[in-house]
Amino acid sequence: MAETATREFLHNLHELPHTVKDACFRLGKTPESEREESQATFHNLFLHIHSVRVHVRTLKPTLTFGLGLMATASFVITIITGVLLMVYYKPSTDLAYQSIKDIHFTVSTGRFIRNIHRWSAQLMVLTVLLHMARVFFTASYKKPREFNWLVGLGLMVITLALSFTGYLLPWDQLAYWAITIGSNIANSPRELTDAIGITKFFDPGGFQKRLLLGANYVGEDALIRFYVLHVFVLPLTLVTLLGVHFWRIRKDGGLAKPEDPMGGLAEWGGERRTVFQPLATKTYGLMALVKGKRPPVNRGPENTVMSWPHLFWAELSVFMITVATTLILSFYSDAPLKELANPAIPENPAKAPWYFLGIQELVSYSAFTGGLLIPVIVVVGLALIPFLDRRPGGEGTWFGTKSERSVFWQSFFFALAVSVGMLAFTVNYGWLRSWFPNIHQLWIIAINPGSLLVLIFAAWSLFILKRKDSVRLAAVSLFTCFLVGFTILTYFATVHRGPNWHFYWWPSQWPVH
Amino acid sequence: MSRLDPPRINRRSFLSLASLGSFFAALGTAAAGIFRLPNPAVLPGPVRRFKLGPPEQFSAGSETAFGEQNLVLFRDDDGFYAISSTCTHLGCTVARSKDGFACPCHGSRFDSKGSVIGGPAPRPLPWLEVSRAANGDLVVNADNEVPEGTRYRV
Repeated sequence: MAETATREFLHNLHELPHTVKDACFRLGKTPESEREESQATFHNLFLHIHSVRVHVRTLKPTLTFGLGLMATASFVITIITGVLLMVYYKPSTDLAYQSIKDIHFTVSTGRFIRNIHRWSAQLMVLTVLLHMARVFFTASYKKPREFNWLVGLGLMVITLALSFTGYLLPWDQLAYWAITIGSNIANSPRELTDAIGITKFFDPGGFQKRLLLGANYVGEDALIRFYVLHVFVLPLTLVTLLGVHFWRIRKDGGLAKPEDPMGGLAEWGGERRTVFQPLATKTYGLMALVKGKRPPVNRGPENTVMSWPHLFWAELSVFMITVATTLILSFYSDAPLKELANPAIPENPAKAPWYFLGIQELVSYSAFTGGLLIPVIVVVGLALIPFLDRRPGGEGTWFGTKSERSVFWQSFFFALAVSVGMLAFTVNYGWLRSWFPNIHQLWIIAINPGSLLVLIFAAWSLFILKRKDSVRLAAVSLFTCFLVGFTILTYFATVHRGPNWHFYWWPSQWPVH
Repeated sequence: MSRLDPPRINRRSFLSLASLGSFFAALGTAAAGIFRLPNPAVLPGPVRRFKLGPPEQFSAGSETAFGEQNLVLFRDDDGFYAISSTCTHLGCTVARSKDGFACPCHGSRFDSKGSVIGGPAPRPLPWLEVSRAANGDLVVNADNEVPEGTRYRV
């Protein structure tokens, strides 16, 4: 007996590499049949969020440009590099700046890792915004995807919050004054409550500011709060919502796409395939009993290909493109680090990163309207889109419904003209306070270039609603207006605002001081 | 069926609803309790009463900027006054300009008495309380606002 057990043990030891490999890779080889390919997909935790087969339209690069996946890829990169940065970063007002300098100048590959973190964060903000525009213009928020549109909006807000809390951590001039301005924007409902004289009884602004800063000045408490938000609360929330977002894509039937024609032949890769035609006399598993359109009842899985390998190649290449872009940018361009935070003097001009410059321009009209009211209106407006535009049509096609493209271009040029005109007027003639020095603050909160832009865009959208008799086209016009307005404001604040937030044609004209 | 004649509810549903209700009530209370923690009970912060030196140090007609304290001390023929240099818009530090003060962050402009003459600032720059310490030094209390035009005579 002892001899057989020993032999068995030795045999198992000899087989160890194979058995461990078989336990880890259950298929054990590259899948060869479609059955093995589906097993490869749904036997893997990370791949099984995909369906086994995927519609060929979904794989067309010009439908999505891989934007959502790019945002996800950049997020993964920020997580990895972020954890690495946490090894050296010290969240304390005395040490934070020096630790970033250490990361930049002393830590091996520290500068490169920090650059990657910063560039992938920027890429994430950009791709999240573009992804939203893609989903909108391909009408992919329509039933049954309304909920996922809301989840996506949540993800966008968290992405911006992550960026904001991130650039505060180095405790340089940008960080210090950004916290100061940010917490005062949180405080800005006071502008309204002061103006109507109820701050003593009702002070949501003061409460929000206290919650952010943990003190009545910007210091250690504020830095720790933003650090906790940045490295734990916000990423965790984002990952959770991201899970819901992906899960909903599956549950809502993959990416939005137009209905396939019933029957007929499908074409893929130059090869025509027969389409699944269910027989009325036969039951095709439980699927046939389920009501509704999502399981492919009465319209076979035509025009689909195996996810393994087609979808995974596509996803892998998007991931590679994202990594490559980030690496190249990080190699050639360093993440900025300004001077050590100086509470006595802000930089002049003190500019936020590009994605907040549009808001900074709005804030320079009124803190409450530009910093809170308009952003809230925009987010609420975006959230309402799928519930106000409920007529199906155009899903999964760029500018899919009738005259959508022409409404887009009309709105584009309309918004361009109005935004540029409004900015030119403001720069040339000033605003209410320049004409009526003693005007009540309430007027400035209510009527300023920002609020007027919102009103004009809303009026234009109502005009389109009346004229074109289509809710979708009204939504297209409003969304286009906001997109153009956002871009113009961002561009204007980036290029044409200089010291003391004055207008300059070019940064080279800024006075030297 | 009227309000006086409501549909009958059996004991089991009533108890289920009641326990579900108490569950959510407890959850809500717990959430409210949790959010009490990050709301600071004590606001830590440095003392904002600044000793600026003996009054003789400042000649009539002079103005002295105190960067770290974020205020500007003026002396005219009527006496001393101090104006905060923290912008009432979003808290940046204003700098002296030709016509008064200008804010680098969002372009608020104030005249040399602190009144708003342009930009988004909702309120004039606050005038701060000036007094003297026991040893005769001028003291500015940056937490105490005084009405515009208030002077401190030495």
